[in-house]
Amino acid sequence: MSLLRVEGIHKRYGKEEVLKGVSFELERGETKVIIGPSGTGKSTLLRCINQLTPPEKGRVWLDGTEITHAHAKINDLRAQIGFVFQSFNLFSHLTALGNVRIGPIKVKGMSKEDATELAMEELGRVGLKDKADAYPAQLSGGQQQRVSIARAYAMRPKLILFDEPTSALDPELIGEVLEVMISLAKGGMTMLVVTHEMGFARAVADEIIFMEHGVITEQGEPKQMFLAPKHKRTGEFLNKITELYGETD
Amino acid sequence: MLLHGTLINIELLLALLIVGLLVGTLIALLQVYGGRFLGTLASGYAWIFRSIPALVLLFLFYFGPSQFGVNVAPFIAATIALGLRSSAYQSQIFRGALQAIPHGQMMAARSLGMTRVQAIVSIIIPQALRLSIAGWSNEFSSVVKDTTLAYVVGLNEVLRKVRIITDRHYDLAMLAYLTVALIFLGLTYAGNWGLGWLETRIRIPGLQIGGEL
Repeated sequence: MSLLRVEGIHKRYGKEEVLKGVSFELERGETKVIIGPSGTGKSTLLRCINQLTPPEKGRVWLDGTEITHAHAKINDLRAQIGFVFQSFNLFSHLTALGNVRIGPIKVKGMSKEDATELAMEELGRVGLKDKADAYPAQLSGGQQQRVSIARAYAMRPKLILFDEPTSALDPELIGEVLEVMISLAKGGMTMLVVTHEMGFARAVADEIIFMEHGVITEQGEPKQMFLAPKHKRTGEFLNKITELYGETD
Repeated sequence: MLLHGTLINIELLLALLIVGLLVGTLIALLQVYGGRFLGTLASGYAWIFRSIPALVLLFLFYFGPSQFGVNVAPFIAATIALGLRSSAYQSQIFRGALQAIPHGQMMAARSLGMTRVQAIVSIIIPQALRLSIAGWSNEFSSVVKDTTLAYVVGLNEVLRKVRIITDRHYDLAMLAYLTVALIFLGLTYAGNWGLGWLETRIRIPGLQIGGEL
């Protein structure tokens, strides 16, 4: 059984249909990268998966439980799905430590002591133990994004969704975030990543999913996608973003 | 005598601010998160209590119940009338602050598995309260002075005491009213200083409102 199964997701904003029936699966421990031109619904797809934006049609299962079911325990299910935002969205009134431990405390009912210990460990994992008392506004973008990854991982989710995690960062800060993500992927975390970082895709992706105009037009192993894409359009796009974003690995 | 009167103003001020804060926060939360029906009710409430003159409210809450045989003490009537009026203004300050918190904060909280209520209580309100202090400073300066209106329902506050003095010693009128003016200058100054101190005290280093809207 797949860890994540997405079937026939449709979503429209007003007149415009952003997602026109997207289906795919993600096995435990896999990392899949979603690429495609902007405005093709990649971010919307991620939000449809954890129901931050409920889809109009289509179903999503996490580990056999249907998230899209009318009686699904949505908060319990969301707690099992980490989400890393493009703009970090760290809680502005909490320190780095506060951000990482609030989920375990409020959602899992963990004691403050245990949550603090866990949070310090997670901050250590992303190399920010010494920034535990800093507020988000006192951190660089790269540091904020690492804290937000720690915040997601501290919940011990079954999978983590990444929505263009490096797109809001200065080029010199991208590397530190990708490094954390690569080590998570290699550590067996199940990840679904919307990104233009082809270096990351080559390094850890089990599969690349190419989306355009609200549908998946092609998917396959990175090697095959780069060397022998089935569609001309996929090849053109891959060449263009590799040229634009380089091979940061 | 004036000092005793001033103390009553301060008591009334604290009481009405507490009523205003509690009711105002509730109204603001309903306006922002209450959905269409409750939101409209809350907006209607805010509109009504901001539209009626303070004196009319005082008379309504003081003389109104006595028509039905219920006697309300001046202090209670003044606290309710001015407190509800202040709650309408405070709700608008707090509503603005709630709406200024970027939507990304709510999304991040929900993505961790928090319920909507948990997200509002632990993430949104603490940030919105900090943003509200500047507006409250203004509201504070305004309600401090409103407490003198309570003399019309017979509350023994400072202005009424002055009236008692000047009724007997007309020649002291100028001096007495100047003293009252000074007392309120002092009160307003102290209050704003206190709120300024609080604002610095709970300021989050480098906080700007930002992120996903």
